[in-house]
Amino acid sequence: MGKLTMDTLGWCILIGKAVGVILVLVSSVPLMVWVERRGSALMQNRLGPNRVGPLGLIQPLADSIKLIFKEDLIPGHVTAFYFVLAPLLSLIPAFMTFAVIPFAAPILVEGRTISFQVADLNVGLLYIFAIASLGVYGIIMAGWSSNNKYSLLGSLRSSSQMISYELSMGLSVIGIIMVFSSVRLGDIAASQGEAWIYLGSLMIPKWGVLIQPLGFLIFLTAAFAETNRLPFDLPEGESELVAGYHLEYGSMKFAIFMMAEYLNMTTASGLMVSLYFGGWQMFWPLTWIFDALGFTGMPHEWARVVFQTASFTIKVAAFLWFFVWVRWTLPRFRYDQLMNFGWKVMLPLSLANIFLTGALIYWKVI
Amino acid sequence: MDISPSFFYLFAGFAVAFSLLVVFKKNPVASAFSLVIVFFAFAGIYALLGAHLIAALQILVYAGAIMVLFVFVIMLLNADTPSFDLGRSHWGLRLAAMILCLVAFGLFTWALKESPLPIFRGPFSPEQVDAAGGNTQVLSELMFSEYILPFELTSILLLGAMIGAVAIAKRKEAGNANRNAH
Repeated sequence: MGKLTMDTLGWCILIGKAVGVILVLVSSVPLMVWVERRGSALMQNRLGPNRVGPLGLIQPLADSIKLIFKEDLIPGHVTAFYFVLAPLLSLIPAFMTFAVIPFAAPILVEGRTISFQVADLNVGLLYIFAIASLGVYGIIMAGWSSNNKYSLLGSLRSSSQMISYELSMGLSVIGIIMVFSSVRLGDIAASQGEAWIYLGSLMIPKWGVLIQPLGFLIFLTAAFAETNRLPFDLPEGESELVAGYHLEYGSMKFAIFMMAEYLNMTTASGLMVSLYFGGWQMFWPLTWIFDALGFTGMPHEWARVVFQTASFTIKVAAFLWFFVWVRWTLPRFRYDQLMNFGWKVMLPLSLANIFLTGALIYWKVI
Repeated sequence: MDISPSFFYLFAGFAVAFSLLVVFKKNPVASAFSLVIVFFAFAGIYALLGAHLIAALQILVYAGAIMVLFVFVIMLLNADTPSFDLGRSHWGLRLAAMILCLVAFGLFTWALKESPLPIFRGPFSPEQVDAAGGNTQVLSELMFSEYILPFELTSILLLGAMIGAVAIAKRKEAGNANRNAH
């Protein structure tokens, strides 16, 4: 313990990790915007943005330049202080949650263990839920301070939706905590590399999705609701609420809401990968290449870190694509359907999952 | 592990300043948001004391759940007008409140100054908690062994409250149905 008693190098490593993670997260946003626009075009059998740069890759940059240079308007009927504060309040938790997600196994360099996550807290998962539950304040504040019926309706919907689905999300993770008996994400990711069963010579690892399939489905559904993505984007609901809580927002303030949404998606994907898809555990072609390289000593360790980070990134990217895929495939739920589904299906299922996991652990199946 | 005084005063200052705002803000929503910051300051102090679990639970339960419901209800009721008029309170009432506040403040100061130091310390110093695997593990082990009875009783209490809430909601529904039938 004792972040306060660290030496200079320790501080440098910590700050370097924080800056690195923030930079990667920020630069993932324009990339995701591009993927979303091109992906939707692909699914709707059109081309999408393809004029600015190769394959339209520079398009997000052009968009952000446009957003930055637009007039930063504050409408006359809003509560100005909270109106400006709201986008920031939705952005900050989105950054903070990624701090405890590990993207490679710790490495030992000259007697110093460097863990590849910004903060290795012993409350791990609880920290994520604590910070994630704050994201709703930005939305509430935006809806209330906009002084607009549609915005208020949007933020009311979003707060009830997020509270309802947070419950099933929290309960679905309890199964994982029971199996791996830790709330540290680093421990959970490491334990998922262990062998579960052998099919002939093929080792089946203890990935969360294999031993907690029901928990994973509940978590995945709740993650869509928590990030306000289709099919659960009721708070925005263009067809009935115009744009919901960010109706009155324009220019960069709107862009910040959009950034927060994409960052939340990235964090949710990172969380799903860490909890259910082995975190930084390498998978087949990567392990094969890694073994074929045949490094030893320190180069081996650093190569391992690179490969683990790569496999983590690939898995997260797959989930991000899944978010886009679902958005342009499924239609929106009706509001009462959403609430009924959350309380009458998801909640009982997540409770059943806990009992099932307990029974399976008792009979030593998992 | 010593608690760093400058951070303590920072968080404590935030807590006091925003507690005052909770009371003095005219707008109920602004008061509620100030209260969220007070909870945050408390969580910061808990974290400084090494009680990370309590800090996380403080944010998760109070800032993340209870206050969201508060704000939700305030917005639903649209309570923009203050529920009581500050100007019309009786001067005697004000005087009594002031005297009682001063007495309470004096009492607390006296109790803190006169209490013998060091205060009795339990077996769980931060170092021992760390050695036993962090406070999440220590707390859960205690909760399911030594304090299992209070833990279960609390759960039953919460279950009772839940059933009570459902029963009240159901009765109202039935009442409405009867009224509609007549």
